[in-house]
Parts: sequence; structure tokens; C-alpha cells
Amino acid sequence: MSDVTIRIPTPLRSFTGGADEVAVDGGSVAEALGNLIARHEGLASHLFNAQGGLRKFVNIYVDDQHIRALGGLDAPVGRGAVVHIVPAVAGGAP
Amino acid sequence: MAIQREIGSDGATPIERLAVLAPQELWLPAAERLRIEQWATAGYPYEACGLLIGRVEGERTLAVRAAEARNLNSERPNDRYLLDPEDFLAADRSARAEGLDVVGVWHSHPDHSARPSATDLESAWGEYSYLIITTTARGAGELRCWRLNGGEFGEESIRQEEIEA
Repeated sequence: MSDVTIRIPTPLRSFTGGADEVAVDGGSVAEALGNLIARHEGLASHLFNAQGGLRKFVNIYVDDQHIRALGGLDAPVGRGAVVHIVPAVAGGAP
Repeated sequence: MAIQREIGSDGATPIERLAVLAPQELWLPAAERLRIEQWATAGYPYEACGLLIGRVEGERTLAVRAAEARNLNSERPNDRYLLDPEDFLAADRSARAEGLDVVGVWHSHPDHSARPSATDLESAWGEYSYLIITTTARGAGELRCWRLNGGEFGEESIRQEEIEA
């Protein structure tokens, strides 16, 4: 049984075969996302930049907390946790 | 499926511009349009923003209800918005509880047309309906809807329709 559920936003579901949630193992956010990408390689470039950092266009929450409050990508995730990939939504005129 | 990559001014884009066939019509109930107009005009002269919650059926996005969100851009809120991810998270949770999904984004353009800008394009995600509403000192103006298709926005038609649960 996998430890963690990762919630996938609509714009990224084409990379998970349409799945809005993916169950993975992982004791940290980095591990969980790494396992997600191992299964769905197309997500890699949309979540991480060339330096291996999280892209600015995505926010990661563990249950209700942004990972910046939990230690970033090394944030621990407990069994049953839900990791939310939340797209950054922005714009403006002009 | 053609893939176009465009590089924004900061060297990155949210997503590769996949050329996908997507909904081209937004159904928006009158009551939800009114709510968006009220939120948008209350936010004037700043940009207001929020989300559309509903479902996609074929080539239609059905916006069952609109949700308001905070604009975190405090440096230039007159012409920029950054939707609070906490509000996105809350909207996603409540949508899921109803068997629905976040299907789009709405935001206002104070004293500006309801056409998407280069800034809108730079930050846009595929598979969302982007509703833009003009606001002025006199109130709400035109309302138009857009969707990313390849490397540019295509317009979606808006139908005022009541949506069955």
C-alpha cells in the first residue's frame, strides 16, 4: 500500500493518463515527487527546473501547509498524507 | 499533437504549449456571472480574480459556480494578479467534495479590454477556461473567455445557461 496521495491539477493530467490522483511511496516531498515522475516521466520538466529546484509555476502543499513552511522539498510526509500540486495562476493587463 | 515551446521573459513557461483540442464553449449561469461582476467591480481599480468550478462535457466547460480568490500581487495590483494558492487549494477541495473540478480562472482587467495580454499568455495553463472581465469606474463591462491552444489563446463562446447538477 502506498503511503502518499499526490493530487494532480487538470493541466498536468495529460501526463498521468488522466488521473487526478496518484498513489506513491515516499517519506519526503522530494521522494514522493520523484516516485511520481518515475511513473510519469512527462511531469519532470513541468515540476522541476534544470537545477533540480521546483519551478516557480507550481506550489506544493502537504495537506494544508505549503512546503516552504515545512522545510521545502525535504519536508517529511506521513502515511496517508496528501501532497497537492497547486498551479501558480497569474496574469494581468497589459 | 504538435508541441510548441515558448520562452517567456524570465526564461520559462508554465507548460509546453500542447496543441490539444479543448472545450470551446463556456456555460455560465446568470447568477454566477453576476457574482463575478460584483467581485470584479468591488475590486476596482485593482485586478480581482477567482476560479471556476464545474465540469467538462465534451467541448463544453460547465461553470457550475464561481469562487473568489485573493490577489497576492500587492506591488502592482492595478494590472497584475497572482491568485492565492491557498484559495486554489480550498476551491479544489470544495470542488472535489461536490464531484466537480477547478475548470477555469476568472480575473478582471481594470480599464482595459477583456482580451488576454502577453502577461496573461506567459502564465497561462492549458485546459482551463480563462474568463476575463473589463471593469471601469462605471462598473462591469465586457466578459470574454479564452483557452490556450498551442502557443496562443483562442476565444471560447460564452452561453448563459443554467446547469443541472
